[in-house]
Amino acid sequence: MDTRVPLLSVESLGVEFRTRGGIVHALEDISFSVGKGETVGIVGESGSGQSVLFYAVLGILDAAGRITGGRAVFGGLDLVRASAPELEEIRGREAAMIFQNPRVALNPIRKVGHQIEDVLARHTSTPSADLRRRAIEALASVRIPDPERRYHAYPFELSGGLCQRIMIAIALACTPSLLVADEPTTGLDVTTQAAVMDLIGELARQRNMATVLITHDLGLAAEHCDRIVVMHAGHVVETAPTAELFAHPRHPYTARLIATTPHAGSDLRSLAAIPGYLPDLRRSDLPACRFSERCERAEPACGERPLARLDAGGVHSVACRSPL
Amino acid sequence: MTELAGLRHVRYVLADNPVTAGAFALFGFFVLLALFGPWLAPFDPLATSPDKVLQPPSAAHWFGTDQLGRDILSRVIVATGLDFGMALAAVLLSFGLGCALGACAGYYGGWIDRSVSRLADTIMAFPLFVLAMAIVAALGNSVENIIYATAIINLPFYIRVARSEVNVRRNAGFVEAARLSGNTEARILAFHLFPNILPPVMVQISLNMGWAILNAAGLSFIGLGVRPPQPEWGIMVAEGASYMISGEWWVSFFPGMVLMLAVFCFNLLGDGLRDMIDPRRRT
Amino acid sequence: MIDDTQPLLQVEQVRKLFPLKTAGSLVPLRAARRTALLHAVDGVDLSIGRGESVGLVGESGCGKSTLVRLITRTLDPTEGSIRFRGEDIGGIPASRFARVPQRKLIQMVFQDPTDSLNPRYTARDTIAEPLRLLGNLSGTALSDRIEAIAALVQMPRELLGRFPHQLSGGQKARVGIARAVALEPSLLILDEPTAALDVSVQAVILHLLADLREKLGMSYLFVSHDLNIVRLLCDRVMVMYLGRIVESGPARQVFEAPRHPYTRALLSAIPGLGGEASRRIRLEGDPTSPVDPDPGRCRFHGRCPKGQDACTRSSPSLVQMAPGHAVACHFPESA
Repeated sequence: MDTRVPLLSVESLGVEFRTRGGIVHALEDISFSVGKGETVGIVGESGSGQSVLFYAVLGILDAAGRITGGRAVFGGLDLVRASAPELEEIRGREAAMIFQNPRVALNPIRKVGHQIEDVLARHTSTPSADLRRRAIEALASVRIPDPERRYHAYPFELSGGLCQRIMIAIALACTPSLLVADEPTTGLDVTTQAAVMDLIGELARQRNMATVLITHDLGLAAEHCDRIVVMHAGHVVETAPTAELFAHPRHPYTARLIATTPHAGSDLRSLAAIPGYLPDLRRSDLPACRFSERCERAEPACGERPLARLDAGGVHSVACRSPL
Repeated sequence: MTELAGLRHVRYVLADNPVTAGAFALFGFFVLLALFGPWLAPFDPLATSPDKVLQPPSAAHWFGTDQLGRDILSRVIVATGLDFGMALAAVLLSFGLGCALGACAGYYGGWIDRSVSRLADTIMAFPLFVLAMAIVAALGNSVENIIYATAIINLPFYIRVARSEVNVRRNAGFVEAARLSGNTEARILAFHLFPNILPPVMVQISLNMGWAILNAAGLSFIGLGVRPPQPEWGIMVAEGASYMISGEWWVSFFPGMVLMLAVFCFNLLGDGLRDMIDPRRRT
Repeated sequence: MIDDTQPLLQVEQVRKLFPLKTAGSLVPLRAARRTALLHAVDGVDLSIGRGESVGLVGESGCGKSTLVRLITRTLDPTEGSIRFRGEDIGGIPASRFARVPQRKLIQMVFQDPTDSLNPRYTARDTIAEPLRLLGNLSGTALSDRIEAIAALVQMPRELLGRFPHQLSGGQKARVGIARAVALEPSLLILDEPTAALDVSVQAVILHLLADLREKLGMSYLFVSHDLNIVRLLCDRVMVMYLGRIVESGPARQVFEAPRHPYTRALLSAIPGLGGEASRRIRLEGDPTSPVDPDPGRCRFHGRCPKGQDACTRSSPSLVQMAPGHAVACHFPESA
């Protein structure tokens, strides 16, 4: 058993969105934890609520969204009940997030060096004389070649991979203890993706920083994460150490997801699709297990009674009535 | 199915935004006046009666009478058709020409783009109302020429909207796909790109209508274009202006008020249309 | 007439150079005022046999999109020949290609199903267009054909009246495929057809594409950056780097025993389900600029883990290493 006190521990978190089409039950009863220095992958099809989960945890939910309950304890502070200034302090200094499409996240008309300085000036007590040096150090730390020159570059002058490195530099400028990377390499080339992921992994190890990798790419999660949380339609369906998850998936959805991902050994025949679609989360009659309508092992009870969360030995847990 | 969803969206926007709904109602009312004005007007707008000169608003003459004893309400109502007609003709003219020029400029680029854009810049470089005055003065004093003048000064707006909307889409996947489906360049422009630039252009049309009405009325106000005794808002305001100081405010107040309402209505309508067709508000 | 012994498509030494706009100085400088040229495709040979499925792999900016546009004939090559069923089509200007008989035989499935469908066209309109313009169908013959094709791509009939924003990603992908196969082309180019889709839908679309090829006897040119997916559908693979083919060969061989260091790096960069990939090859630095590249040096030099002095002195050309397996490298890996 893992007895360490986790860095982030989310318990029974629920989120819903009010929209014109009705209430979207985006997240329900989400529980998981991230240990210090651990790399956790959050995987699932797009629309499963992985991003919303961290928007909720870090307090940057859309105005239409509302946390319906639960706790998210980060370093002793419950982020769900924290005040806006407290959250802002946490976001700037303790927990940083990087996003898909770095070019959009960067200010297009400000030199990247200045953008790093902005963050340093706001969240650290760096004397202004040192800002420039620290910014160049930050650029060098993400292995941007020729940092003195790139300090003066505008985002449009840099490739997608370099922009993502700049984003990482900004995110890590205040040495946070948690980095949330939301699809950080989508849209990058495979070789660039590999380099960016290596960089994140290496910096995390150096600084003993916990990393959450939100991705739809099982392969990426397999390669870079210690533990994987599988989400489906706003539920956590399975949590397990990476090797264990791929060797013995217990939830039918996890097994399906693995079977549908092409990998080095697969051929077209073995590539099986997941039947059906994610359920419409606006429905008022969502089944208790939101996968039950796509699941070949479903029994009538799956749709009716609340999910049983099985402890499948040690740190492997699965939310299924009849696991594999 | 799709029409239904569209209608539902329209209903939602209207319910969500009562101001827009009001603008639409007002627009409908104006259209009614424009189409059926001559039948709706209580009196003959041209009939003078020397015994009822400059009477203030009363139960018989709601808006009062003018210096020739004509019923101002009837004149305002009948003028709607002319003012709307002129504005609509001018706007449609600049829409047709402006979209064609702008779309070609945005699609083909190169020298077509350069010459069309310079044309638009040149027109914009003039004070637009003065330019319209000059055009009418040069072409001759008639309703058609007011329409041409109004169309010309509105041209740059359509050119710019059409050019930029086509320009952002000309490398879209669906354009390349259309090429592979056997479309020639001209067909792509007409059947693939044009339908896509219509929504923003519709907003432009609505905003422009108010402006065109104001422009046509303005030209008439300074004595160009429409000639008395033809009822027209601009002329009516001009005719009543001299009576303002002597206390007969209603002669120019009511036509001016209606003119203002019409312009206001189109501006609100434009904002409402923008909300309605903005895909980000459609989910 | 048409020579059946010829490959379906034969591209020889095709090049496409784009002149770059020189940044505006008002006074033209007298000296060295030559416009820079971007070498997007720089001397590519490729051939696709009848019924064959060829993969084209490379990263963004390597020129594969340009090469595709040259083959679909929506872009004119600067040099080189493109022969389709023995006839030269490279010389027909792209602006006229919509009206030649070969148009219906070379079709394409686009990368982003959202971007490649006209938002104002229903699925039916989109599928109907090539049938009307190139197939000369109308009336009931047209609507019968549309429904037959919808059935072929497993698209429910009731979705035909919908606009793209009312369709899911997988359904949009089907519409795009239906449009491309409507005229039963002999060459279908697939430009990352699953890149914008969720994994769960990706598998379905890949199966559909494999079925269609069998049913309609098409040749595929499958463009992707993901070797794992290319391998599923292709007999032969070509790897492109900065405008050139650096390795080409049977899919299995290229995948299992890549000879070019770039191919090896590409393969090792793909995350696999096996967890930590052993002995990863990481590329350092940025690719050389494709603007006026030095013709006398290997373009991969600088990022290449094996690069030596010889690589800066001459640019390697494709050399046959084994039957059907060619590599452009001075120091290829041994098999």
